[in-house]
Amino acid sequence: MSEMSKIVRTISNSLFPFIMIYGLYVIMHGHLTPGGGFQGGAVVASGCALMLVAYSSGWVFKKVKESDLSVLESIGAIGFISLAFLGIGVTFFYNFLVGSNLLFGEIPPAGPNTGNLNTAGLLPLMNLSVGLKVIAGLFAIVAVMAFVASRGMRKK
Amino acid sequence: MIEMILHAALPILIVVTAIIAVLFKDLVSATIALAAMSLLLSLEFYILQAPDVAIAEAGVGACLTTAILIISIKATKRMEDE
Repeated sequence: MSEMSKIVRTISNSLFPFIMIYGLYVIMHGHLTPGGGFQGGAVVASGCALMLVAYSSGWVFKKVKESDLSVLESIGAIGFISLAFLGIGVTFFYNFLVGSNLLFGEIPPAGPNTGNLNTAGLLPLMNLSVGLKVIAGLFAIVAVMAFVASRGMRKK
Repeated sequence: MIEMILHAALPILIVVTAIIAVLFKDLVSATIALAAMSLLLSLEFYILQAPDVAIAEAGVGACLTTAILIISIKATKRMEDE
């Protein structure tokens, strides 16, 4: 697939960082605000698909390989299930980080949402795992589709 | 008041954009109409107090589906034959 005009590429270049930051914000604040791993991952994968449509698929596959996306997706799934298994001493999915002085360990006061990011224990880590898996999975779908379409056009 | 107007107008606009997407012979225009329908649908989810579903719909429905359809249209002919 050929790349698009210079206007499209310039607008995509200037929009890409904002889409990325918004998607990563939605993933990171999944336990405080609406959205979570899947929604933020879909937003980030949309930004990557924007670059894929604006530039050629060959340009994108020079930067990132499909096997790397597969590895990232597997890291997300394995991280999620191993975080769930870490609390198997009490129950499956036991949130052992809450109340400890480790990462994300604070307990928020009762009442309205204070917006403290350093709470909720395992949930932000699980959101990050799900976000990684969704980014890699959805971007791999679009990227492989573009790659196969461009290869079919070359054969014609 | 403005919420009542949105509740009345958005479903009508969603149906109108869906009919427009079916009627277009130019496939790229039909894809853009479909993206507009997804965007209006996510706005409808938002005013129905479901911001979670609205973000997912805006990401998957309005962006990724449009990208996949545009990629597949670029590999084929643009206009639909009569």
